[in-house]
Amino acid sequence: MDVLYFAWVRERIGLPKERVSTEAETVADLVAELRAREDRYDLAFSDLTALRVAVDQELTDFDASIKGAREVAFFPPMTGG
Amino acid sequence: MRIIVQEAPFDFGAEAEGFASGRHDMGAIVTFTGVVRDFGNGTLDTMEIEHYPGMTQKALDAIADEARTRWSLGDVLVIHRYGRMEPGEKIMMVATAAPHRKDAFEAAEYLMDYLKSRAPFWKKEHAKTGETNWVAAKDEDEDALSRW
Repeated sequence: MDVLYFAWVRERIGLPKERVSTEAETVADLVAELRAREDRYDLAFSDLTALRVAVDQELTDFDASIKGAREVAFFPPMTGG
Repeated sequence: MRIIVQEAPFDFGAEAEGFASGRHDMGAIVTFTGVVRDFGNGTLDTMEIEHYPGMTQKALDAIADEARTRWSLGDVLVIHRYGRMEPGEKIMMVATAAPHRKDAFEAAEYLMDYLKSRAPFWKKEHAKTGETNWVAAKDEDEDALSRW
């Protein structure tokens, strides 16, 4: 699946998008896998209350299933308007 | 209903006039425009707005659709820009048309509250000193959603 990062999450991890092969069943499982990779991921995901997630471009929560998902995106709370 | 996400500036006057014209059954047109605000003493160089292409349009469409189910509306217009803007530039606008003003005002407020917290845009301030700052979401913006 594609994993996308926006705003300071993108800056902290250092890339906007990457292809990830994973057996993770939920967003939280995917986060745990990413955090185990490198410090920059661990740092970016250190406070999940400061993050929001969208699965296939729909806002959801960290308990959500990602089975069959094409795209998971992580970003800070939105500041539109 | 027009929901537009674009980088280019928009002509607020022309958009508002175009939206308001030619309607014979709408007694109320409300428009709101968001403008890049300097955070003090001319220190802001530009405001950069990042968005999530693909999701942005869908999120805005869903917010506008929900507004149309909640209020008696004849039409809705949303224009939201992304990219870099200078202080004083218009970031976005919403317009609502309704038979009566209460629906038009409330729907416009609803659209703004949801646009702020549920549409995938992020603001980054670039100061003239070169410092940058991601604008943090405010608790009161999240709280504002609970009144709907």
